[in-house]
Amino acid sequence: MATLENENLVFRFPQIEKDAIFSINFQRTLRIPDTDKTYSLPPGLGSFPVRHVEDFTGRIPASMTDRGGVILPMWQAEAMWLLFKNHGPDWELDFPVAIKIAAGKVNAVTGDPWRPGLHREPQDYLVSPEQPWLDGFAIEKGVIRQFVAMPLGDGYTPEEQLTGDAKWGGIQISVTPLKRAVWEKKFAAWREEQRHIHSRPFVECCDLLIDECSSAMGLAAGGRMKQEIYEDSFSLDDWDQDATDRVFVSLVHAKDWRFITGEAAPNEPPSAEEYSAAGLPWFDYYGKDQTVLHGSKKLANIKSVANIFKEQTGAQLAKSSDTAIGKTVKLGPGLDGSRTIMTSNDRE
Amino acid sequence: MFRFGVVYIDNMLTLERTREWIEFGDAVRRLRETRAVSEQGFSLRQVAARCGITPAYLSRVERGEVAPPGEDTLVKLAMEIGEDPDVLLAMAGKISSDLRAVILARPKLFAELLRSIKEAPDNAVLRLVREVRDGNW
Repeated sequence: MATLENENLVFRFPQIEKDAIFSINFQRTLRIPDTDKTYSLPPGLGSFPVRHVEDFTGRIPASMTDRGGVILPMWQAEAMWLLFKNHGPDWELDFPVAIKIAAGKVNAVTGDPWRPGLHREPQDYLVSPEQPWLDGFAIEKGVIRQFVAMPLGDGYTPEEQLTGDAKWGGIQISVTPLKRAVWEKKFAAWREEQRHIHSRPFVECCDLLIDECSSAMGLAAGGRMKQEIYEDSFSLDDWDQDATDRVFVSLVHAKDWRFITGEAAPNEPPSAEEYSAAGLPWFDYYGKDQTVLHGSKKLANIKSVANIFKEQTGAQLAKSSDTAIGKTVKLGPGLDGSRTIMTSNDRE
Repeated sequence: MFRFGVVYIDNMLTLERTREWIEFGDAVRRLRETRAVSEQGFSLRQVAARCGITPAYLSRVERGEVAPPGEDTLVKLAMEIGEDPDVLLAMAGKISSDLRAVILARPKLFAELLRSIKEAPDNAVLRLVREVRDGNW
């Protein structure tokens, strides 16, 4: 079952492992310049507010209420990334899940239309904890195009470019746990390994009042960013697809957030240039030695926000010139540090 | 005799409070030092600076010499040392202001609810948590 806890979507699978918890946090971030340059990872600037859709029936389009799930506000051209966290029975042993992410029902890893279940060749999902986050559409091996919110209906989103339709928008998520037998085997192997480790000498370590089209947003493809999507190291049959949970995340324009919820919308984030000028860090992630997926040719061919903006208006998209980012902070297994920068809104 | 009884109760309450402070301080120090083993930036001085308090004050908190800090500082401290803010608040004998407001808004309802589930196992309590509803898509 999925719940909403402190702005996190939380998935539990007590029938498989009582301590299995997986959460997704929607992180606010900078929009990286949408040019030919491939950027490092921008920071997390705190969580987007997330609310149950059914609390606002009558203030959001009926189609959003019908899809269920949650809503969150985004400014036009604001960027987002999804932060994944796994918990298991021990801090050293996380419970793995397979996550499928789509925007406008276009799979963010393959560019294929949304369909139930997990698939290989091409792999249409991510595996966490190996994959700590997702920032955008996988366009090449080791490169994604950043998730950037744009109004649905203006032709920016991959959904509109690939299907010719602006029906869904938002983000679609499914989370699938390991089968109980596979998990128990993995847990037993870990316990055995721990037994050997601890047998050695101890070493300390470590109605619609809102117009449907004016409010609904979709995720379009922004600037290029270094990010690897890892191949699943389990077998496809290891996943308990009968236990999959799914959630529809509707995106609404932040200008309508107060009307819909009565709450103030978050401020617009700083530009990449302003952030870098303040001397704040960017990041690079170094995963374990894992096979990296190639990215989707379909997604590689979609036009970015800046390209479409220029085609439609003849002008350059604001705040989209290249920016010097200075030295980056290295993140990854065994490395210190966090990609999120704590803000005063982190606990509300 | 009456005076002796009051003093005795006062002393017992003080001892109890001091014991709670020491347990809380021990827990904070243990969590901070666990992080310091594997990560840089978790010395007493560094954590205190990020929480907006003096190292001397954090040191006294960890030794149980003073009462736990206020809610804002406790939340910052929890996020620094990797503990759930509600859990750290509970260790300090506190409840977060947002939860207090929820209960005070409908005291009878929440008092009944909490009393009715106080002995229930975790999985039964979790069933009461509001699920994200799935729809047609």
